[in-house]
Amino acid sequence: MMDRESPVTEDELHAYVDGELPADRQAAVEAWLAAHPEDAARVSAWRAQAELIKARYAGIALEPVPARLDLARLRRLERRWTRSAAAAVIAAFVIGGLLGWFGREMVEGGSALGKTLTTDAIDAHKLYVVEVRHPVEVPGAEAAHLVQWLSKRLGYDLRAPDLAAIGLKLVGGRLLPGPSGAAGFLMYEGPSGERFTLYCARWAAPETALRYRDAGQIAAFYWVEDNKAYVMSGPADRDRLRKIAQSAYDQLETRAAGKGSS
Amino acid sequence: MSAFAKDLEAAIPALRRYARALTRDAEIADDLVQDTLVRALRSQHLFHGGDVRSWLYTILTNLNRNRLRSLARRPALSPLGDADAPQMAGPEAGGRDIERALAALVEDQRAALLLVVLEGLSYREVAEAQGVPIGTVMSRLARARAQIKSYLDGERPALRRVK
Repeated sequence: MMDRESPVTEDELHAYVDGELPADRQAAVEAWLAAHPEDAARVSAWRAQAELIKARYAGIALEPVPARLDLARLRRLERRWTRSAAAAVIAAFVIGGLLGWFGREMVEGGSALGKTLTTDAIDAHKLYVVEVRHPVEVPGAEAAHLVQWLSKRLGYDLRAPDLAAIGLKLVGGRLLPGPSGAAGFLMYEGPSGERFTLYCARWAAPETALRYRDAGQIAAFYWVEDNKAYVMSGPADRDRLRKIAQSAYDQLETRAAGKGSS
Repeated sequence: MSAFAKDLEAAIPALRRYARALTRDAEIADDLVQDTLVRALRSQHLFHGGDVRSWLYTILTNLNRNRLRSLARRPALSPLGDADAPQMAGPEAGGRDIERALAALVEDQRAALLLVVLEGLSYREVAEAQGVPIGTVMSRLARARAQIKSYLDGERPALRRVK
């Protein structure tokens, strides 16, 4: 061996490859590599790895940036979000205090509603949440138009619950065939892209509180009120889904009392 | 546009590249970048000078760690890899091999290696992004490189070193 100077460490070999080696160690490392072919082979393998990684991923930085990452748009959303979240938090305290007892949902899968309507709703959920380009017919940006259109087709006043306070924004909605005529279908999206849908249709049945249905990775809470059925479907995180369904329930229930969204 | 916004804007393509390599999923990667940008806009007032770029890498690295934690609690929802996809030949094969080798790494090792090799961060910046001492970054780097090497050597026996 010819290590007259202090021996070269593995850390120094990495630093050498990554351009982090102090200049006064450069010569020592090069001499070491010349005398130690095993280490020289490792160093060149590491360099080859770096080239493979760059070759594989460099192109992504050259792609056009998708519209949803447009900074001006994100800034607008962020401002709107802050305002509506503040208003909604206050509203949630008031409404939550009054209606908190509705949280006692019942678990029941045997009713006709549990079987047919939630199946339709969950099927629609599975079909459309995976859509990247066309998840909805009318985007959430045109919420007023969307609600007007769906109300007209459903034959009653539909409202899109405002779920911003619990982290969901309205993606939009579409019209679907329902058990008796049309059904409305609204899609919401959370901060990391997870989606929830609210299926609404006429349904002549006695009123129910929130009921839970588990369908594997997807689950739903459903309820009937005033001969209208609602099914909130989403990833099977029961606590979170209940919170979301509860908020929609409260808003749809109290609409007659004039509780507006922000 | 403020200097801050300009720096933010300029960093987006590189953030997308890092996020894609980290997650190997275009949708999840852009979700992460979007969350990172929103978080940065929201905490703009907390940013007192320094390098916007490495601050963004820090946010993204943390968000991804949180994402994996919540996935770990719900294993049924973890995305499927393409480990069963058929082998390809030609230049595509190199890309696939390295993708799988990266996928086999522990998250913190993968992040450390990508930040150094792909994003060109200094060891000090990676240490800050990961919230660990430089020595820990070095050992993550060493383990990542050793594991990728044995993965690639095993994957292509023809290139195995002859003793």
